[in-house]
Amino acid sequence: MPASASRLDPDRLLTGGLRLCAAFSAALLILVVIFLLLQAGPVLDAIGPWRLFADDGWFPADTAAAGQFSIVALLAGSGAVAFGATVLAAPLAIASAVFCRFVAPPRIGQLFRRMLEVLAGVPSVVFGFWGLVVLVPLINRWQPPGASVLAGALVLGLMILPTIALLADSALRSVPRATLSAAAALGLSRWRTALQVALPAARGGVVTGIILGVARAIGETMAVLMVCGNVVQVPASVFEPVRTLTANIALEMAYAYGDHRSALFLTGLVLTLLVIALVLVAELGRGANARRTAHG
Amino acid sequence: MKSTVTPIRSVVAESAPPALAIQTKDLAVHYGALCAVRGVSLQVPQQQITAIIGPSGCGKTSVLSSLNRLTDLIPGARVSGQILIDGADVLWPAYDPVALRRRVGKVFQKPNPFPLSIARNLDLPLRDQGVRNADERAGRIEAVLRRVGLWDEVAQRLDMPAQQLSGGQQQRLCIARALVLEPDILLMDEPCSALDPIASGVVEGLIEELRGDYTVVVVTHNLQQARRIADHLAVFWTSGDAGCLVEQGPAGAIFDSPKQAITAAYLDGRCC
Amino acid sequence: MGDRLLAGVCWLAAGIVAGGFAWLLGDIVMNGLGQINLMYLLMPVADAGRAGGIGPVIVSTSLILVVCLSVSLPLGLATAIVLSEADDERWFGRLVRRSLDVLAGVPSIVFGLFGYAVFGLALGLGFSILSGGLTLACMVLPILIRSIEQGLRAVPIDIRHAAAALGMQRWRTLVAVLLPAAAPGVLVGVVLGIGRAAAETAALLFTSGYVARMPDSLLDSGRSLSVHIFDLALNVAGGEPRAYAAALVLIVALAVVNLTAISLSERLLSSRINPA
Ligand SMILES: Nc1ncnc2c1ncn2[C@@H]1O[C@H](COP(=O)(O)OP(=O)(O)O)[C@@H](O)[C@H]1O
Ligand SMILES: [Mg+2]
Repeated sequence: MPASASRLDPDRLLTGGLRLCAAFSAALLILVVIFLLLQAGPVLDAIGPWRLFADDGWFPADTAAAGQFSIVALLAGSGAVAFGATVLAAPLAIASAVFCRFVAPPRIGQLFRRMLEVLAGVPSVVFGFWGLVVLVPLINRWQPPGASVLAGALVLGLMILPTIALLADSALRSVPRATLSAAAALGLSRWRTALQVALPAARGGVVTGIILGVARAIGETMAVLMVCGNVVQVPASVFEPVRTLTANIALEMAYAYGDHRSALFLTGLVLTLLVIALVLVAELGRGANARRTAHG
Repeated sequence: MKSTVTPIRSVVAESAPPALAIQTKDLAVHYGALCAVRGVSLQVPQQQITAIIGPSGCGKTSVLSSLNRLTDLIPGARVSGQILIDGADVLWPAYDPVALRRRVGKVFQKPNPFPLSIARNLDLPLRDQGVRNADERAGRIEAVLRRVGLWDEVAQRLDMPAQQLSGGQQQRLCIARALVLEPDILLMDEPCSALDPIASGVVEGLIEELRGDYTVVVVTHNLQQARRIADHLAVFWTSGDAGCLVEQGPAGAIFDSPKQAITAAYLDGRCC
Repeated sequence: MGDRLLAGVCWLAAGIVAGGFAWLLGDIVMNGLGQINLMYLLMPVADAGRAGGIGPVIVSTSLILVVCLSVSLPLGLATAIVLSEADDERWFGRLVRRSLDVLAGVPSIVFGLFGYAVFGLALGLGFSILSGGLTLACMVLPILIRSIEQGLRAVPIDIRHAAAALGMQRWRTLVAVLLPAAAPGVLVGVVLGIGRAAAETAALLFTSGYVARMPDSLLDSGRSLSVHIFDLALNVAGGEPRAYAAALVLIVALAVVNLTAISLSERLLSSRINPA
C-alpha cells in the first residue's frame, strides 16, 4: 500500500518554507514594536509613562534627569492638523464618490476615478513642497506667518481625500444593484436614492475610509514637516504654527543622543499604538459591516 | 412505457459476475452538518462502463469525488465508510492520496484545462510523475492525443493556449490529460453536460472506446446516454434528507425490468 | 429640485478636488518642465543641488528599489501563497492577515526608526542603500502580499482541482500552474510596491541618508529622489527651482507606475469576468 512522505519530500520542504516566511511576515509587526520598546527602554525606565503628559514641556536633553518630556503639545499638533484635514477632506471625498457613482456621466466618472488614483500615488514630499512654495506664502499674506495648522490641514486634506473617496466609491459600488432598483421602483428620485438608500447602505465602507484617512493623516511626516512651522506649542488658532509627533522625530533624530534619542523612539511607539488602535477600529467596523450585509 | 431498445451488454454481464475495481461499503459524505449522501454500497466492475444516474442533488458528484479523495480539498467535507480498491481502504488516513489519484483519474463537468499550452497540459503531469525522457513524453502525448481523436486537429498547434480550443476539444484534452498517466480507473462527472450536442456525441463515442481498457465510472443526467453506453448502472435518489443508492446492477436488466418502483418511474420520465 | 441640488453640490465638490489637483500638478509641471533635459538626468549633483543634475540620485533610488524588491518579493510571494490557501477559520491565516493589516497602517517615519535601529545599529549597516532598501522592504510587504494574494485567489478553483486529480505534487502545481496563472496579480503587486517605495521619504531619512555622491556599493549612503526634493526645498537656500524639476521627474515616474498597475489590474478583473 502506498504510504506517504519520505524524509526529503519536496512538498513538505515547500510547505515548511512557505509557512516560515508567512510567520516571519506576521512577526514583523511584533519586531517593530519590540525594537521601538528596546530603544525607548532607557528613557521609559527613567521617567515612566506618566511624565510624557505631566512634564512642563518638550525640552529633551541627553540625560533624562536634565530634560522635560511632555508630548502634550506634539499630540495637540498632530491632533489639530489631522482633525482639520479630516473635516476638510471627508465631505468633499464623500461628495466625490457620489459624483462618480450617481451624478457624473460614466466617462467622466471613470476619468475622475483615474485622477483620484493618480492623486493617491503622488508622494507626500511633493504635496509638502507644493504647500511650502504655494500655500504657505498665500496664507502668509493673509495671516502671517503662513506655516500653520491651516496650511497643514489643507495639504493633508488633499492628500487623504483620495483614500477616503476611493474607499467610499468602492463601498457604494458594492451596494447591491437590487437595492438600488428597488428604490427606483418605489419612485424615489436620484438624490433620495443616493443619500437615503445607497450612502446608508455603504456606511461601513465610508466610515472605514474616514478612519483610515485619519490614521494616514496622523502618521504623515513630510508634508506637515514642510508646511506646519514646527513650533512646539498647543495652537490657539488655526493660523499658528505647530509641530506634530512625526515631524518632531524627523527633525530631532538627526542630532539626538542618549535619552533624547530614546525619547524619540518612545514617541514613535506612542504614534504606532495610536495608529494601530485606529486601524483596528476600522477593521472592526468593516467586519461588522460585512456581517450586516451578509445577513441583510 | 417500457423500453424496446435491446440491451447491449447484458448477456456478458449477467452470465459471470465480473471482478470489482471499486467497492464501497456504507459510504457517506457530509458537508459540515449537512449529510449529502449515505449508506452507499456501490460496486464497480472492472473494465466496464458504470453509469451513475439520478436527479440532481442526490450526491452523485459527492460520491464520485470521494472515490479518489478529491473531497479532501473541500473545506468541511467528511467521508465515512469504506472504499475498497484492490482490497485496500483508500479512506485509511495513511493511504497516500497522490498515488491514489494517479491510479484513479478524473474528468470534471466543466472542462478545466490548465491556462497553459496544449502540449504543456499533458507534459506537466508526465514530468510530475517522473518521466524524464523528453522523447518518451512526446511519444506518450501523441499517443494519447490520437486516442482522444485530437491529434489531427491540434498536431500543428500544440503550443497554442489550451483555453482557445472549443469546449468539446477542451474536454477531450482533459480526458487525454487524465489518460496520459495511464490510470486504471477513470471517473467522469457529467463530462458532456457543458457541451453542445455534436461535441457531446464525440465525447460519448470516446467514452465507449475506453471500454475494456479502463474501468470507467461516469455520472450522467442523460438517460439515453446511460442506455447507450452503460454496462453497469447505479441509480441514486434522495430519500428524506440525504441521497442514497436505490438500485444497481447490469444496465440492461435495470432498464428492462427495474426492481424498485422509484427507478421505474425515473427511467420512464414520470418524475423530474 | 433635489436632484438638481445634489448634482450641483457633487459637481462643485468634484470641481474643487479636480481644481486642487490641477493646481498642484500644473504648478509643478510649469515650473519644472523647463529645467529637465538629458544632461539634468545624467549629470552629478553640484552646488548642493542648485546646479548639475540628478544622475547619482536616480542611481541610488534605483538601487534602493532593487534591494527593496529583492527582499520583499520572495517573502511577499511566500506569504501570499500561504494566505491564498489558508482556511479563514484557522488561527494561523487569521493571525498573519490581521498582523499585516496593522503593519500596513504603521507610519513610515516609524519604519524609519525601526530600520535605523535594526539595520543601521543592530546589523551595523549604518546609513546605506542596503539599510534603506531593507527598511522599505518591510514597509511595502503588506501591499505586496495583498495584491499577490488577490491574484492567486483569482485563479479558478477548478484548476487546483484538476491538478490534484492528476496527483500532481504541490510544489509543481504552484510553480508550473498557479503562479503563471496569477502572474498579472503578482505584477500589479510589484508595480504598486514600487510606487509606494519610490514615493517614500520619511523612512529613508535615517536609513539611506542624504549623501548625493554616486554610490560605490550598497553599503554607501545614497540619496533617493524624494529625499533630494525634501533637502532642496527645506535645507538649501535657492534650491526651489531644482526641487521643482526633481518633483516633476518623480511625479511622472510614479504616474507611469501607478497607471500601469491600474490598467493591469483592470485587465485582470475583466479577464476574470469573461474568461477567454
Ligand atoms: N461543497 C459543498 N458544500 C456544501 N454542500 C454541498 C457541497 N457540494 C455539494 N453539496 C450538497 O450536497 C448535496 C449533494 O450534492 P452533489 O453531490 O453535487 O449532487 P449531484 O452531483 O447529484 O447533483 C446537495 O444537497 C448539495 O447542495
Ligand atoms: Mg453533480
